[in-house]
Amino acid sequence: MSEIPHYLREGYLTVEELTDYLGGLPSEERLRKRPVAIPECPQEIPCTPCKEICPVDAVSMPTPNDKPVVDYEKCVGCSLCVQICPGLAFFMVHYVGDRARITLPHELLPLPERGEEVILLNRVGEEVGRGRVVLVIPREKSKGDTPILTVEVPIELAWDVRAVRVVRGDDNE
Amino acid sequence: MRLNEHPILDFSKRRGREITVYFEGTPIKAYEGETIAMALHAAGIRVLSHSSEKHRPRGLFCAIGKCSSCLVKVNGIPNVRSCITLVEEGMRIEMQRGKEELPKTAKPPEWKDAPKFDADVVIIGGGPAGLMAAINAADAGASVILIDEQPMLGGQLVKQTHKFFGKREQFAGVRGIKIAEILEEEARKRRSIKIFLETSAVGIFQEGDKKLVIAVRKNKELLEFRGKSIVVATGAMEKMIPFENNDLPGIYGAGAIQTLMNTYGVKPGDRVLIVGAGNVGLILAYQLIQAGVEVKAIVEAMPKVGGYFVHAAKVRRLGVPILTRHTILRAEGKEKVERAVVAKLDENWRPIPGTERVFDVDVIALAVGLRPSIELLHQAGCQLLYIRELGGHVVRRDERLETTISGIFVAGDTAGIEEATTAMLEGKIAGIAAALKAGAASPEWLREIEKAQEDLKEFRSGPFGRHVLEGIKKVMVVRE
Repeated sequence: MSEIPHYLREGYLTVEELTDYLGGLPSEERLRKRPVAIPECPQEIPCTPCKEICPVDAVSMPTPNDKPVVDYEKCVGCSLCVQICPGLAFFMVHYVGDRARITLPHELLPLPERGEEVILLNRVGEEVGRGRVVLVIPREKSKGDTPILTVEVPIELAWDVRAVRVVRGDDNE
Repeated sequence: MRLNEHPILDFSKRRGREITVYFEGTPIKAYEGETIAMALHAAGIRVLSHSSEKHRPRGLFCAIGKCSSCLVKVNGIPNVRSCITLVEEGMRIEMQRGKEELPKTAKPPEWKDAPKFDADVVIIGGGPAGLMAAINAADAGASVILIDEQPMLGGQLVKQTHKFFGKREQFAGVRGIKIAEILEEEARKRRSIKIFLETSAVGIFQEGDKKLVIAVRKNKELLEFRGKSIVVATGAMEKMIPFENNDLPGIYGAGAIQTLMNTYGVKPGDRVLIVGAGNVGLILAYQLIQAGVEVKAIVEAMPKVGGYFVHAAKVRRLGVPILTRHTILRAEGKEKVERAVVAKLDENWRPIPGTERVFDVDVIALAVGLRPSIELLHQAGCQLLYIRELGGHVVRRDERLETTISGIFVAGDTAGIEEATTAMLEGKIAGIAAALKAGAASPEWLREIEKAQEDLKEFRSGPFGRHVLEGIKKVMVVRE
């Protein structure tokens, strides 16, 4: 039997595994130009909405069971794949100055507001810092029935932050 | 405890009028449209019956009418499945203590009074497979009777808040609850489909050139259905695994927890341990977090996550540990779960002494697999085989899903444990094939069957599907 990959033993991808499976991350130049879609979907599963919704045909997937591969140059950073992905496995990364903007799905209550400070979580749910929400697309405006957020994080956390936790004192809205 | 806020679901629209029922004489607040077990759970009542020999407390386990863990006495009548029986104003509910007898004054219904209904195709089960079978059989020209023992259509889709995979023409990207609504609406707008809910099929017989399905409605009314062909799409039930105290109230099948929190908006508990990291266990963990319930950990005996990786990643990044190569040793607690003890397994699947860990939880969710509900097909005399890849005993069938008994078709999880997407495709095939068999459809519908067969083949072409195909190969009857 072949060796079980780390991500299936532990349930999360390391950045090395992600880089390997994607065949390399986008260049810094590309990351600074505009947001770019990053799939974290390393397994062959029968699923195609990301490819079907992409308006510029940047997601390649020869058969429904193939892994999605994004053409970083074609990708316009529209976030439709983040909105539609049934596995909540698509993200966007955008470098702006010394910060990175991460776009991620957020199907939990409460939905943070634009400008709100949230706790940043890595792929195993550890708190790695705090960041500010710069964009919210609520469920009713999302093309995939999933709310998405863009959160600004320190650039060195760009490849770690994949979820947020909203903390509100006594405000329980 | 009731859930009021939820990121996906709106319970305020679902709850009916507030009514009062009585449990062991105590008044309990309930909502019309919910089942007895849900109302009692919301009121904090976990113990519903006691076993007949050792008088051990028993609670809810499957919540879909398939086990008998939740039997209660209602207005003096014993053996009522509290999980699928709706509450009614003033209902008197009592705990069942072992085997109980009908009161002397009870008057059971008689077969001679049973109303009779006829159609080209009778479909048993209103989940994704049965609904698609009904819609497609009707479109092909057949009159259809669709029966289901739940109070609502949709099968297990009604509690699936996650978005489905597949292609967008197969509802990919749409939540299960929404797919249930779409399919129900499609079925209800076809006048050639007659729907019978809260109706349990209890037997299938040959009568001349027809199939007779006998059924019981609302625990008290006998019904007879006759069809030229039938489709059995009765789904699956949750498996149980052996460990100390595995019958304690608070140990639920994963599906029961989904029914509680997603269908009826009842909080299953506060702290949960999940056993099994297949898709069901992983999706359940995410849904629990969405309902505001803490998931302490997921334990998995295999050395890897069995479900789709993306489902695992969703809960890992919210801080839920997945302990592969771990199993549950025992549950602890007096009348209900108070703790779970787990341990690491060695290469030979034996717990390693000294690796025990205790989790303070009030709920243990078992997500250790499903097995096909083949009881009716078994009773009807269809040939069965035990196929590990398909989850247990399944019927032999041909490419159009006809079993070894001419005119009896099978679809969905009953044919082998898979996914709702494949259940829908199989339902389409079986529904059209049953309509053709009944002489109600024209031969050009064969093209639609072929199209669905192609879609199934494509869906199953990956590593997950290949496993299922191995199993299907073993049960396929090749016809000349």
